[in-house]
Amino acid sequence: MNDLHDTRRLNADVDRIETEPYYEPVGAEVALFEAAWASRVPVLLKGPTGCGKTRFVEHMAWRLARPLVTVSCHDDLTASDLVGRYLIVDSETVWVDGPLARAVRSGSLCYLDEIVEARKDTTVVIHPLADSRRILPMEKRGELLRAPDEFMLILSYNPGYQSVLKELKHSTRQRFVAIEFDYPRADLEARIVVAETGIDGSMAERLVKFAAMTRNLKGSGLDEGASTRLLVHAAQLMQRGVAPRDACAAAISLALSDDPEMLAAIDELASAVF
Amino acid sequence: MNESRYSQSELEEKLDDILCAALSSRRSAAAVAAGIAPLSRAQQEFVLDWAQVAAQNAAELGYQFSAQAPQALTLFGRSGAEKWLLRALDAYDKEGLYPACAALKDLNGFKRASDAAGEGVALAEVKRVLELFLLGLAGRRLQLEAAEDTWTDTETIFLPVRIAHYPERARNFRLYKAIAVHHWAQARYGTFNLDLPAVLAGYAAPERALAWLNLLEAIRLENQSGRAFPGFSALFAGLRPALSASLAAAREQLSCAGASIADSVRLLREHYPLALPEPFPYMGSLRPERAAEVRGERIAKERRALYTELTQLRLAAQAERRDPQTGEPDLDVESSFETLDFELQIDGEAVAPPEEVARLMRSIIQDFGEIPEEYLLASGPGAYAADSLPEEESGGSGETRASGGRLYDEWDFRRRDYRKDWCVLFESEVPQGDAAYVAAVRARYAGQITQLRRRFEALRGEDRLMRRQQEGDDIDFDAVVEAYAERKSGIEPSERLFVQRRRSDRNIAVMFMVDMSGSTKGWINACEREALVLLCEALEALGDRYAIYGFSGWTRKRCEIYRIKTFGESYGDAVRCRIAGVEPRDYTRMGVAIRHLTGILNEVDAKTRILFTLSDGKPDDFHDGYRGDYGIEDTRQALIEARQSGIHPFCVTIDEEARDYLPHMYGPASWVLIDDAGQLPLKTAEVYRRLTS
Ligand SMILES: Nc1ncnc2c1ncn2[C@@H]1O[C@H](COP(=O)(O)OP(=O)(O)OP(=O)(O)O)[C@@H](O)[C@H]1O
Ligand SMILES: [Mg+2]
Repeated sequence: MNDLHDTRRLNADVDRIETEPYYEPVGAEVALFEAAWASRVPVLLKGPTGCGKTRFVEHMAWRLARPLVTVSCHDDLTASDLVGRYLIVDSETVWVDGPLARAVRSGSLCYLDEIVEARKDTTVVIHPLADSRRILPMEKRGELLRAPDEFMLILSYNPGYQSVLKELKHSTRQRFVAIEFDYPRADLEARIVVAETGIDGSMAERLVKFAAMTRNLKGSGLDEGASTRLLVHAAQLMQRGVAPRDACAAAISLALSDDPEMLAAIDELASAVF
Repeated sequence: MNESRYSQSELEEKLDDILCAALSSRRSAAAVAAGIAPLSRAQQEFVLDWAQVAAQNAAELGYQFSAQAPQALTLFGRSGAEKWLLRALDAYDKEGLYPACAALKDLNGFKRASDAAGEGVALAEVKRVLELFLLGLAGRRLQLEAAEDTWTDTETIFLPVRIAHYPERARNFRLYKAIAVHHWAQARYGTFNLDLPAVLAGYAAPERALAWLNLLEAIRLENQSGRAFPGFSALFAGLRPALSASLAAAREQLSCAGASIADSVRLLREHYPLALPEPFPYMGSLRPERAAEVRGERIAKERRALYTELTQLRLAAQAERRDPQTGEPDLDVESSFETLDFELQIDGEAVAPPEEVARLMRSIIQDFGEIPEEYLLASGPGAYAADSLPEEESGGSGETRASGGRLYDEWDFRRRDYRKDWCVLFESEVPQGDAAYVAAVRARYAGQITQLRRRFEALRGEDRLMRRQQEGDDIDFDAVVEAYAERKSGIEPSERLFVQRRRSDRNIAVMFMVDMSGSTKGWINACEREALVLLCEALEALGDRYAIYGFSGWTRKRCEIYRIKTFGESYGDAVRCRIAGVEPRDYTRMGVAIRHLTGILNEVDAKTRILFTLSDGKPDDFHDGYRGDYGIEDTRQALIEARQSGIHPFCVTIDEEARDYLPHMYGPASWVLIDDAGQLPLKTAEVYRRLTS
């Protein structure tokens, strides 16, 4: 039952992107990505949560005019979830491609978000796709898919994890060109917040300044500082009339910590800029 | 003011006099005197005076008062402690001795009552919030410490133990915050970036000049910080009186963008002869000599640290070049004092520096307004201070070779090479301690242990789906479908049609390496031992294999490793007694300990191996220069070696001083900082759980 349900979900994920997703380049990542795509080398996106990785991939898919298949990896995701499986339909067995197989067949970009969360056996199926062979063996079906030139594999990975069990293996890592992401520079980040929410520039600058202060607390009671995503959320609330400090508390502080003293300190930081 | 404090025996003598009627053969004044001995002379006098007053009512009251007074002073400050005693004397008059003593003992009740009545705020209550606030604000750590005078040396801000200026609690808190911000701003906006003692020496009355300068600076800092943080303008303006005409005129000049200490110094000339206005309540005093000293030390330290980091970036950049002939890579930094942002370029290309480099750069920009040109030169800041060099010793190892120690290399960062067979390491067992100790800790933490065990069991119970089993708790649809297809095409179908959930095999081995150096003496050691007990409880629930070893030493010729629990041993009585026997020993030579334990850990057959160090972060061996950069670099190198051998090193460091070399030293490992040793027992187990889930 679970499986059927999954399949319906998985079928809905091939995405043709018609309008340009807004993306503000932070460094040379666009050119790097294009070069990797042209050379048929897969890409690994490293960076903290909410810094624009997903948005970047959507943007690149639009730029390269390729469909995008996104899989959010979780700890129950197995190799057959990616590759495909047999189902019983009217007492007939039917093979259904998994998202990875569909991406290969259609020459899409395939984005495996948070790959370290997936089960270890998934790395086995992506390895042959990620080196010069560019093939996807579908053992159950006895079929070997050869990836067309347009196909590209993209992994994302947040190195902030502390768990040693979730480090990416070297054999996986070394197959990919890595693009490192971080929160955008202050002026760019403010521009992003403005573009995403329509908030005025000086408010966006204050939000960015506030974010930088929370990032100083990383490792001293916070696992992560405020991400660009959280700034966008706070600005959205403010655009709907929520007072700035309340918006910061609701959209940012409470997303970062449960510790009352930490929350008090963050609120004091907000009071310095708002 | 600086009369030296009474010694414990002097105090004991005085208390004997005051309290004699309340003392007996079972109750001497010694314990009370011991509590009062660490107080300042002024506080000691306070306690003695009031003890006398109380004892005149009833000797027992005098006794109870002096026994509780040190804690009362910490909690309530002097005026609060006075009220606390007066309340008890009142109770004595109205209700008698017993209720009066109860009132004295009930410190918490008094605190609650006085808080509710708006009696002010104690530093202890707000310290953590304000320290976090300052860390967010400054991007580098500023410590808060209670003191009689309010001032800063640019790394520690000294402020009153309690503030009760206003009737409302919130307002008292705002004053604390204003003091913190004002003194942060001195470091941030460069109050000490000029040679102030030289400036002051030019005045007939330097004290007066200093007081004026302090006021002018307060105005400048209010405006400079208010520019970047509008909230601070409101904060300061709400707490200080309206400005006098002359100060209002000064503000005109001190509020423009980029006004610096030089502008305040210039204005000092004209203000010096004028009548001094009242200082603002958050101002405190300036101590330029002390600040210059601390600032100078920081600058030297950070310059060295940055040099080391940049050298590595340079080497990396050089290695990446196609043509290595073209000389040193060219470094360039653009920085902004306003925002503390900077852009680092290597050979004209912007690079994102590692976090540690970014932190150093921001700190240096705060002290200089920019990254000085010469900081980027490849030649570096010259020779390292002589006191950080180990003495060269010759031919010492022959004799120790015979006495059963193992020899280890040590990394010498100046040579960029190892000193061969430099350390001699001895392994022995920790002597057994009190057999009842572990039981007592378990009883004390009973509730938390149950929770810990439950959470760890949940980890262990992480199920794995085993597919294609003969039997199981679920149908394996893939297998059924396949069997169906096979039957249709006439093949004998498989009977393995079930999925089964199995406990996953974690296959982790962890080595706990515990600091037993002298610097852990007292509180830290007590917390370490409790942490070990909780770790054992948790790991027993989890089933990971683990060993515990302690380390300490005395010079390179006697590095000690103490066995507490080997991988093979179970958590039984012997291990428990050894945990109780963990005691502070001598110095810390961390590198060799890491190397030795890495060796032991690598002999264990496990998929994941973790070296988990627990220390107070001071690589320190007084006798042959392990202290300082040498020890830091050797520790770092040993962690790199461990990592290269396939181990995951992880460091938990208890650090009440927040030393800034930690990121560099522990860089090759993952690490966390625990700033309060009291959190160690519960935090450590939690950290381990997160590390492995
Ligand atoms: N460079 C950028 N250009 C445009 N928008 C951005 C950029 N960076 C971040 N954002 C904004 O931040 C939000 C979060 O980014 P995104 O979802 O791409 O993060 P992510 O890195 O994929 O995070 P996670 O690791 O949690 O999946 C986006 O929805 C967008 O609003
Ligand atoms: Mg994403």
